[in-house]
Amino acid sequence: MTNKSRLFNKERLEITINRLCHQLIENHNNFEDTVLIGLQPRGIYFLDRIKKNIINILNKEIKTGILDTTFYRDDFRSNEIPKARETLIPFLVDDKNVVIIDDVLFTGRTVRSAMEGIMNFGRPNKIELLVLIDRKYTRDIPVEPTYCGIKINTITSDKVEVNLAEQGFDNDNIWIINK
Amino acid sequence: MNKLISKDLLGIRNLSIEEINLIFETADKFKEVLNRPIKKVPSLRHLTIANVFFENSTRTKLSFELAQKRLSADVINFSSSVSSVKKGESLLDTINNILVMKVDMIVMRHPNPGATHFVARNIDASVVNAGDGTHEHPTQALLDAYTIREKFGKVKNKKIAIVGDISHSRVAISNIYALQKLGAEVMLCGPSTLIPKHIGLMGVRIENNIKKALEWCDIANVLRIQLERQNNKFFPSLREYSLFYGINKKLLDSINKDIVIMHPGPINRGVELNSDVADSNYSIILDQVENGVAIRMAVMYLLSLNKV
Repeated sequence: MTNKSRLFNKERLEITINRLCHQLIENHNNFEDTVLIGLQPRGIYFLDRIKKNIINILNKEIKTGILDTTFYRDDFRSNEIPKARETLIPFLVDDKNVVIIDDVLFTGRTVRSAMEGIMNFGRPNKIELLVLIDRKYTRDIPVEPTYCGIKINTITSDKVEVNLAEQGFDNDNIWIINK
Repeated sequence: MNKLISKDLLGIRNLSIEEINLIFETADKFKEVLNRPIKKVPSLRHLTIANVFFENSTRTKLSFELAQKRLSADVINFSSSVSSVKKGESLLDTINNILVMKVDMIVMRHPNPGATHFVARNIDASVVNAGDGTHEHPTQALLDAYTIREKFGKVKNKKIAIVGDISHSRVAISNIYALQKLGAEVMLCGPSTLIPKHIGLMGVRIENNIKKALEWCDIANVLRIQLERQNNKFFPSLREYSLFYGINKKLLDSINKDIVIMHPGPINRGVELNSDVADSNYSIILDQVENGVAIRMAVMYLLSLNKV
């Protein structure tokens, strides 16, 4: 039997993103040496929301980029590889504090690929990870988030479904589906 | 669609429009990679690719090798002029000896039309045709069409004149297939002796007057006079060819229209193209060379997905 329960609706998501933004500001002050990198495909939507929120609070522009990890995946020989998407990082990350932003942290392999990708744009001072959802107990690689919207207990067969207005859905809804 | 249908890229003739667009979209991503401080991705680190060239090449071979290295593949190079082919080894024996050393993909150039098809039929590894005689040169046509798409935003409804030695040109054949599939109109221009008799059946216009061709087209893709394939005399002299078909600034100025000049290289300067055009703002020849690496990365990356 499939069991579907809601983790976030629009209001809850707004509150959580707001909280994450304040945590980022607490650690990165005026974002002078900090850049935010959203991961394709859905991390870029959260990047956009976080960027708008921080600009609202700080009243200044911040540097952001988007990264597609397809070319850095380690499952190249065994999985159905998705079509490559756009990467746009129009600056060097030398000596910058980089915050990687993604929707769900699952096995940690995407984040590993992302770190390899980011290193191609220079040598960052530090890399942090912000995720909306941290699926505990499913990690293949020792990767942990620096900032996290919600931690949930899942098993590998569970699925997290992210439906956002940016993807054409009527409203924001994030579900966990147990099969 | 996220991969190519066939295990090989032997020509444009059998590629679908969707496959061509997939190659272009993937090349867009690799072009971005090539502009990074570190211009390399690890995607093909598990593959060994052999560049097997039975005919001379500078640009294509360099471009393939660079593309392979940017994708982190291991590369070996084979050149027939310094190999056991000189001792009489057969084509398939040569290829099989390379493959048995755990090579995963073959990039091959050969003077005989169809040679890459023959090899591809007889081996399991992917084969990329880097030019087979006067037949096809698919990656050149892809990079030409990609460069037009980059310059104009689209290929559809563009008018392209392919000028020069059509009968000895694999670039022309592959270009005709690619451009027509993408919705462009194609005209061939050159002396009748260098235009194959029945090529009109491919749905192309034929024109013998260079000025009329340039007045008609948006883009002129000027081919090299292939001196190495001119065993028979197809025109009286290079000087006469240059007088009637050579493109120079004076000729371009006289047509009162902006057109873009392409050339697959190497240029015979002063024969088919004058320096005052080749090095001018009309020319996107160096863009073609730059895009060649991204296109070849895309082709080999997409073919490697079929080996999973």
